[in-house]
Amino acid sequence: MIRQTVISVTNLVKKFGSFVANDNLSFEVYEGEIFGFLGANGAGKTTALRILSGLSEPTSGKVTVAGFDAKKEPERIKRNIGYMCQKFSLYEDLTVRENITLYGGIYGMTKKLILERMANLLSRLSFEEFGDRQISSLPLGLKQKLAFSIAIFHEPRIVFLDEPTGGVDPITRRQFWEMIYETADRGITVFVTTHYMDEAEYCDRISIMNEGRIVALDTPEALKKKYNAGSVEEVFIRIARPKMTEKSML
Amino acid sequence: MRTILYLIRKEFIQIFRDKFIGRAIFGVPIVQLLILVPAVTFEIRNVNMCVIDRDMSSESRMLINQLEGSTFFRMKYSVFREEEANSLLHRNKCDMVLHIPAGLGRDLGTGRQARILVTVNAINATTAQLSWAYLNGVIRDYNMNILVENAGNILVSSMPQIDITNRYWYNEMLNYKHYMLPGILGILVTAIGFLLAGLNLVKEKEMGTIEQINVTPIKKYQFITAKMVPFLVIGLVDLAIGLILGKIFFNIPFEGSTGLLFLGSTIFLISVLGLALFISTFSSTQQQYMFVAFFFMIVFILMSGIFTPFESMPVWAQKFDMLNPMAYLMRINRMVMLKGSTFQDISRDIYSLTIIATAFTALAVRKYRKTA
Repeated sequence: MIRQTVISVTNLVKKFGSFVANDNLSFEVYEGEIFGFLGANGAGKTTALRILSGLSEPTSGKVTVAGFDAKKEPERIKRNIGYMCQKFSLYEDLTVRENITLYGGIYGMTKKLILERMANLLSRLSFEEFGDRQISSLPLGLKQKLAFSIAIFHEPRIVFLDEPTGGVDPITRRQFWEMIYETADRGITVFVTTHYMDEAEYCDRISIMNEGRIVALDTPEALKKKYNAGSVEEVFIRIARPKMTEKSML
Repeated sequence: MRTILYLIRKEFIQIFRDKFIGRAIFGVPIVQLLILVPAVTFEIRNVNMCVIDRDMSSESRMLINQLEGSTFFRMKYSVFREEEANSLLHRNKCDMVLHIPAGLGRDLGTGRQARILVTVNAINATTAQLSWAYLNGVIRDYNMNILVENAGNILVSSMPQIDITNRYWYNEMLNYKHYMLPGILGILVTAIGFLLAGLNLVKEKEMGTIEQINVTPIKKYQFITAKMVPFLVIGLVDLAIGLILGKIFFNIPFEGSTGLLFLGSTIFLISVLGLALFISTFSSTQQQYMFVAFFFMIVFILMSGIFTPFESMPVWAQKFDMLNPMAYLMRINRMVMLKGSTFQDISRDIYSLTIIATAFTALAVRKYRKTA
C-alpha cells in the first residue's frame, strides 16, 4: 500500500538559546492517518507542533507540510491545516455561532457555505441550544469539542490537536476520539499530541518523545511486541523510565 | 476584503458586548469634556489680596476700592504688620500683598512720585505674571484718574498721546473655553484610540486567542486594519458628539469646514492607532502596554501645545514635535475651528501627519509576527 506523505520532517532542530527543545527529529506522516505524538510534559511535543503549523520557525532541518516548506512558506501551510491549541483559544465573549462564522470568514468561506456547515455541525454535536450562548458559559468538554470542530470547519488536509483532551471527563474523551475517527475517515490527517497512554492505543501510529528526541515510532501493536509490553503505557515507561530515575536520583 | 469585514464585525461585537466599555466609550468623553473645558483655564479670577495700608489717606482708600472693583482681585485681608502679611502669604491664605507706605496721599497731592510695593506668590509663575499684569492695568487706570483730577479734563485730553486700541482676532473675547475645547477634544479622542486599541491586542495575547488567529492564513495587514477600524470609527463618533456638546454648552465657534476637521482627526487617529498597535506588538502583558503607552501619552499631550504655546518651547522640543501627532492635531483643530483655515492653510500639517500615520501603521504591520 503506497500512501501519500503529507508531513515530512528531516533533522528538525529547534533551540531556544542553549536549550534544545527538538533534537534532530525525523519522521513522516501519511494522508488520512491518526498520528499520535506522545511524550511527558516538556518533552518538546508542542514545540514541534508549532513548527509544523507555521507558528514557530525551525532552527534547522527540513519540514514540509501539505507540500509546503515550513521555513519559507508558513502562510501557505496555514491554508491547508487546522489547529487546536492546548490552551483554549476561541473567543470566550463571542457566541458559538459568532466564533464559527468568524473562522469560516477568515478562511474565505462564503456566507452560504458557512451557514450550511454551521447548521450541520450544530446538529451533529446536538449543539443547537448552545448556538447563541457565549463560549465562556459552556462546560469544558463542550468547549473542546467546539474548538476541534472549528479547527476542521474549513476542511483542511491536516489537523493538529495539541493535548485536546486535557482535563476532560472520560465520557467526553471517548466522544472526542469518536470525532477524531470520523475526521480521519473523511480523509483529514489527524496529528494529535497527548500524554494519556490509553489514547495512544487509538492511533494508527505513534511516536514517543523524550527530552526533545523521538525514541520510538511505529504502530502501537508493533511497539508493544518489540518491548514485550501489554500496553502502550508499559512501552512508554520502559523507554522513558531509565532517564527519569537517573534524574530523580541526582 | 471580506476577511477584514468578518474581523471588524468581531471587534465591534466584542467591544460592545463588554457593557462597561461599551458605555464608557461614549460616556467618559462626554463627562470629561463637560468638566475639563470649563475647568482648565488660564483666566485668573479672585486673586486674594492682603493690604497693609500705612497711609490711611483718601488716596490709598481710592486705590483699594478700585482694585476691589475689578473682578480679578478680592480684598481678603487688611493687616498692619508685615509679619502678619507674610504669614498669610506663607500659609497660602492670600496670593498677593499690597504694601502702601505712609505718605502716599501726601506725595500724590504734592505731585511727587509715589511708591507702593507688591509681593506676589510666584510658585506658579504664570499666575503670578498674569496677576501682576492685571494689577498693573488697574494701577494705570488709577494713575490716569489722578492725573485727570489734578490737571483737569482739558489739559489731559489735549496732551498728545498714543492711544492703543487692540482687537483680538479669532477669539475676540479671549474665551479660554474656545481655545481649550478643540484641544481637549483631541485628547479625548486619543485616549480612546491609544488605550483601547493597544490593550485590545495585548489582551488577545494574554488570553491566547491570538494563537488561533496566527495559525490561520490571515494577512498581517488584514489583522492590523481590523484592529484599527473600530476604534477609528468610535473616535470619530466621539469627536462628533464632542463638537455637538461644545456647540450646545459652550457655544464654541466653528469657522472652518467640518469635513476638514474630520479629515485631520482621521489621519491623526490612524497615526495614534498605528503607534498603539506597534507598542502592543512587543508588549506581552497589559501592564507592560499601559506603562509604555502612558509614557507616550503624557509626552504627546504635554508637548502638543495644548497648555503651553508651541512657539515658546525650546527648539529641540519643537523639532521633536515633528513626530508628535498630537501637536499637529492641536494646530489643525484650532486653526480650523477658530480661524476657519482652509485645506491650503493647513496642508503642510495634514501631509506631515499622513506621513507619520503611514510610518506608524507600517511599523505595526511589520512588527506583528505571525510566526515567532
